[in-house]
Amino acid sequence: MQRIIAGFLAGLTFGAGLVVAGMSNPLKVQNFLDVFGNWDPSLAFVMGGAILVAFPFFRLARFLPRPFVADDFRIPTFQQIDKRLIFGSATFGAGWGLIGLCPGPALVSVSLLSPQAIVFVLCMTAGMLVARLVAGLSMRRALKEA
Amino acid sequence: MTEFTPFASLAGGVLIGLSTVILLLANGRIAGISGIYSRLFESSTLANGKSAWVHGEKGWQLSFVVGIVLAPLLLMEGGFEIEQVFTGDLTLIAIAGALVGFGSVFGSGCTSGHGVCGLSRLSVRSLAATITFMSVGIAVVFVLRHVVGG
Repeated sequence: MQRIIAGFLAGLTFGAGLVVAGMSNPLKVQNFLDVFGNWDPSLAFVMGGAILVAFPFFRLARFLPRPFVADDFRIPTFQQIDKRLIFGSATFGAGWGLIGLCPGPALVSVSLLSPQAIVFVLCMTAGMLVARLVAGLSMRRALKEA
Repeated sequence: MTEFTPFASLAGGVLIGLSTVILLLANGRIAGISGIYSRLFESSTLANGKSAWVHGEKGWQLSFVVGIVLAPLLLMEGGFEIEQVFTGDLTLIAIAGALVGFGSVFGSGCTSGHGVCGLSRLSVRSLAATITFMSVGIAVVFVLRHVVGG
């Protein structure tokens, strides 16, 4: 139950942060990516602010035996830069540039109930399910070949 | 044009950072939206036969997503105005949504998992991902606005 409450508080804070930062407005995100035109650099402050706060705590977490309300820390240790990472990130970047929404702001917009937000989230969800399927298949093939 | 909002954006960034810290210190997990949201659609039975909603990760993953969805409603209740301007039609929105969904899961993360958490962990892998999606995003907006739409 504590984990569920912590998750909910983290979600609320995250969603509020996205809205306050202006990331829930696709036009603002596109203006951030438009470095050769009407550049609006605001969103660099979002990432900067978030990293500034998070960085020391990721350091601190290394010295904690376990999290406050869960059994273990699950922090990625994988460091390999592979084709899947680059191809996936490039595909994500293309979609992000086309409309100006990434997954967090897309979920935030659901409650605004615009047809645009709903269509985006439905297609995003479908894309995620396909990716899980394809990634699972390619991983099974890799294991077989290994 | 949108207004340059360094203070509001910094404040929003600090809130996002705090959310990451809550999830890290309390639950020991990374606040990566694409990972958390897409795992909600995984099987809800654990290997030991127990329900993932009660004994696994799904409970907090769902409450996290619910929190994100409710946040703007609470802000609007408090008098906050939320502006949302889309520049494309529904077809383009559908294509973009599919690309964002597929790419973020296939590349193991999006702006939050790689961009915020990954860079905060000084992960080289997340740095490569962030540089990739930022550059492609910039290139796509450049083509949309200055080549096709120019």
